[in-house]
Amino acid sequence: MEVPAPALLDRRLLFFTGKGGVGKSTVAAATALLASNIGKRVLLVEVDAKGDVPAQFERSPVGFTPREIHPGVLAMAMDTEASLQEYLKLNLRVPILGRLGPLARVLDFVATAAPGVKEILTIGKIAWEVREAIEGRADFDLVIVDAAATGHIVAQLGAADAIRELVDVGPLRNQTQWVSELLADPAITAVNVVTTPEEMPVVETIELVERIRAEVDVPLGTVIVNRVLPELFTHADEETFDALRVAPAIDLLRERAGNGAVAVLDGARLAVSLRRTRAVHLDHLRTAVDLPLLYLPYLFVRAHGLRVTRMVADALGAELGL
Amino acid sequence: MKPRRRADDAPTTLEQLLAAKEIVVFCGSGGVGKTSVAAAAALGASVRLGAKVLVLTIDPARRLATALGLDGLGNLAHRVPNETLKAAGIDGRGELWAAMLDTKQSWDELVLRHAKDEETAYRILENRLYHNLTARFVQSHDYIAMERLFEIHSSGEYDLIVIDTPPTRNAIDFLEAPARMADFFGGRLLRWLTLPYRVGGKRGTRVLNVASRPFYQMADRILGSKFLQDIAEFFLNFQSMYEGFVERSRAVERLMHDKRTTFAVVTTLESAPLHEAERFCAELVARNFHLGALVLNKTLPDLLLDPAGADAATACIDDAAPLAAALAETADGALGDPTRTARVLRTIGESYRNFSVVAMREAELRAELARVPDVVARVPMFEADIDDVTGLAEISAWLYGAGG
Repeated sequence: MEVPAPALLDRRLLFFTGKGGVGKSTVAAATALLASNIGKRVLLVEVDAKGDVPAQFERSPVGFTPREIHPGVLAMAMDTEASLQEYLKLNLRVPILGRLGPLARVLDFVATAAPGVKEILTIGKIAWEVREAIEGRADFDLVIVDAAATGHIVAQLGAADAIRELVDVGPLRNQTQWVSELLADPAITAVNVVTTPEEMPVVETIELVERIRAEVDVPLGTVIVNRVLPELFTHADEETFDALRVAPAIDLLRERAGNGAVAVLDGARLAVSLRRTRAVHLDHLRTAVDLPLLYLPYLFVRAHGLRVTRMVADALGAELGL
Repeated sequence: MKPRRRADDAPTTLEQLLAAKEIVVFCGSGGVGKTSVAAAAALGASVRLGAKVLVLTIDPARRLATALGLDGLGNLAHRVPNETLKAAGIDGRGELWAAMLDTKQSWDELVLRHAKDEETAYRILENRLYHNLTARFVQSHDYIAMERLFEIHSSGEYDLIVIDTPPTRNAIDFLEAPARMADFFGGRLLRWLTLPYRVGGKRGTRVLNVASRPFYQMADRILGSKFLQDIAEFFLNFQSMYEGFVERSRAVERLMHDKRTTFAVVTTLESAPLHEAERFCAELVARNFHLGALVLNKTLPDLLLDPAGADAATACIDDAAPLAAALAETADGALGDPTRTARVLRTIGESYRNFSVVAMREAELRAELARVPDVVARVPMFEADIDDVTGLAEISAWLYGAGG
């Protein structure tokens, strides 16, 4: 069953997914910052290594080995080849990796032929870090994943189960069992979907929530609606606004505040319309998805970096009642 | 990114650019409105050039697909009826056609075309790895989109083909897809991997050569031998299509570099998509593709940059009370409550300031970007979603420099 939103940060593994361009990395980074603010230590994992995550903290890109990029926030970039090497070292005690030949090329090849291999190396590494944290062997409490976008996340979450369907015997099969169990535990894991109040992101969110429920055994957490425009007026205020836009009010405004008054009124009109168009998509989302919804305001800045991450973290904290 | 030097005879409008091209590929990251922009560009080209234009879309929003008459059509191209265009106030000399890309169907057609016989084709089509490869392997969408484009282009049916690219995680993957496919199916690695199955005579008999032994031991321990056998069997079948496949990949790649093909990069002015777009423009140029146009989509209107607007916003905030009092006397009953009027004035003043912060940042970025390709088009943010032909016509007007 769904756990109420405030319990979100009490879990051990939070995925953030969503359609490209909705601000998934920013929300993942802000959640990590928020968790560190309340005294948790976080491992932030970047799956599609574009270097976006450390940039949210004004830091340079990270590698496979976690590095502290902010007090209480460690970050690492997923690298399936490094993950395979680590897996082999830990599980099969392969003495000389050199004997494997061109590991990267072989891995690339096998992964291309059999989707699931790269996904399991990704999800396996993440699950391994979470288990280390739960058993007190890691120097962090919570793993936050800036995960794959909507098109790819289901394959990633379901990789452990898919491998067991494909592979009949062998250590890999046994190794995937505990990964599936960890991912399925609602006390540990939650998949959060980031969206914006726009048509395609909302449609993809609804479809993704349905697919996750139908195809994988991983609990859903919250839907985070990013970039929500402010409601400018109450209904009565809007009547006043409409009266300002016509004569004689507009003439008086032009006289007293200058001709720019028209631009100000048109600008407000645009703000109202944009908000209204988005409200339709929000309503659609609310009726179609029965998960806790968190709202983050549209930020009237076009930068990103630590300042924006802080603003988003504060807004998220307010939504979570922290 | 280094600005490209502009040739003297370079086109300066989208119309000039497209008049000399047969293919325009629209790319950009997810959520920037690429599909609508591509459809609008196709609509505009059909009208302005009097051409027969096809827009090949990958994953349109449902209402846009409906507007273009694409529901349930699969790979079939369909002409957008003149009545639909007329109803939207468009009196076109040309023809607008639309088609959607059905990835699965396209792959199946490809296999049927290249397989050496029907039996092999069906063995491939029924293999579960084939399903995995074509449906879940992200790059397979990229490749098949290119392949489909090639197919349509060589039919010679259209004057211009406008293609919307799949939402790739990295737009460069799209360009490399044909080379990667050829490499994948023709590579030494595949021959090496399937070697024990080929030299063993009877399928499934493993005669390992020395070189591959450690790899197989390793792979067996991790994956189980049944799995490896499945992979090998699939590729043995797939390899029979190798020559046709690789030749085709190369032809697709040549077409992408042909001077009849151009690329248009679509982006919004938000930091993440913009960063991606800049990187993509640089990559296109570095790889000798023709970067024809940059489309800045969903930009805020110029009225937010008006200095007089900023002054008026300040007046609305600072002088809200006296303005409201004056308005209560001048206007009729609607503005009778000065407290309410003052609140509304402050709200609209602040809203203007908020939006102009974003608009100013956008204007700076637009100025920087104007140096990059020959044609830079700007499309404003519309108050409502674009989901019909009228809306596309509006975007089209902006793309071709007749908006606003």
